[in-house]
Amino acid sequence: MPSTRPTPSEKRTVGERGAAVESSSRPKPAPHIRLRFDSAREQHVLLGPESVVVLNHTGADILALCDGHHTVAEIVATLRERYDRVADDEVRHFLGRLTAKRYVVMDDG
Amino acid sequence: MDSPFGLLAELTYRCPLSCPYCSNPLNLGDYHDELTTAQWQRVLAEAQELGVWQLHLSGGEPLLRRDLAELVACARELGLYTNLITSALGLSQRRAEQLRAAGLDHVQISIQSDEPALSDRIAGTPSFHSKIEAARIVKELGWTLTVNVVLHRRNIDRVAGVLDLAEELAADRVELANTQYYGWAWRNRDALLPSRAQLERAEAVVRAARERLKGRMEILYVLPDYYSRYPKPCMGGWGKRQLTVTPNGDVLPCPAAHALPLPRASVHEDPLARIWADSPLFRCFRGTDWMPEPCRSCERREIDFGGCRCQAFLLTGDAARTDPVCHLSPDHDIVAERVRAANEETKTGAGVLTPRPHHGRRLSPG
Repeated sequence: MPSTRPTPSEKRTVGERGAAVESSSRPKPAPHIRLRFDSAREQHVLLGPESVVVLNHTGADILALCDGHHTVAEIVATLRERYDRVADDEVRHFLGRLTAKRYVVMDDG
Repeated sequence: MDSPFGLLAELTYRCPLSCPYCSNPLNLGDYHDELTTAQWQRVLAEAQELGVWQLHLSGGEPLLRRDLAELVACARELGLYTNLITSALGLSQRRAEQLRAAGLDHVQISIQSDEPALSDRIAGTPSFHSKIEAARIVKELGWTLTVNVVLHRRNIDRVAGVLDLAEELAADRVELANTQYYGWAWRNRDALLPSRAQLERAEAVVRAARERLKGRMEILYVLPDYYSRYPKPCMGGWGKRQLTVTPNGDVLPCPAAHALPLPRASVHEDPLARIWADSPLFRCFRGTDWMPEPCRSCERREIDFGGCRCQAFLLTGDAARTDPVCHLSPDHDIVAERVRAANEETKTGAGVLTPRPHHGRRLSPG
């Protein structure tokens, strides 16, 4: 079945938006996703089906806290201890995008 | 220079199907001399060292390689994320369990339509029921399942049915990829190219399904570039993110680049790192210095990289021209003419399709 992958065309997922994220949700990486450190590029990467998401420092820090125990609110609070400015919205948007792509799943209990 | 994220390993061009939209080269017989297990293992190790994370095991039909599980195990040991792109013919319970144990991450199964008879007709062999059975095994074993469908004039009106079938199979992802015209698809282009009305209907179905299935099933839709205003960002840039190794060990910046009159690069002669960095093949269209006008001064030159080199070559005979798909290309009429022909009222979807040969037998000339 050699017709499409990886396509000469880059795949474009038109019109996909992030999912809504509640402060009380407890995010964790989806079971089929792997978080790895890329020593050549000196960045963390998230590996999923046919995709690599390269994380910046903050992204990697957020993901490291996504263990299914910390709530989104707790993750924001922890990040505020490390960084001067952490926008609650930015963390939610980041997690919302990863949730929509099913890199991250939420325990809402 | 960037390092590549993905390696497309075309393990063999042998295939039990004979789909007329196949992008494998026409001279399949020239690829019988396949790399050995040990040679592939070396290629995987070199790819990992070069920065590759994603391994796409494809072909032809990769299950025809008896060492597939061994190669998967090797890739997993190296830390690669492994994707199997398969017709699913030959994916028995036993074989699937073997691959699962070897650490395969993700399985992509092609179907040609949701209608068994049409699917079998396009595939050129009874295969639909085996594919469905294999898809169930994939889910039972806990894999991520992607259903791949190449869209064209003969099946694009089935998109709603295809999405229903994917949902019924509990697919995690479905990829609806409009045919790209290389290899056998290039030869069959005029019979495969859909009409604008067909595309508009299909895209409305896709938009509605995305909304309905949000969070449950990811729907990837590869645009039909003959109908696009701007060209596709081919491979995310030449020699920038991806590389392909063919069954005989040729290394290509794009799986369609076998058609281009460029110097060869082969794993028999050089390590991947040297090929990636220094080979004339990988350097010739890297970056923007090679670009002619109107690309050179275009504000989109870092967005679509001048489009597809292979498409420029097939359509104009010169790989260094602007992709004629772009409405700004001086050669755009070539594409516009094919699109006009596909939309003539007299055209009913007839036209002769040449199936690709199953096992890569050499074609008689002509």
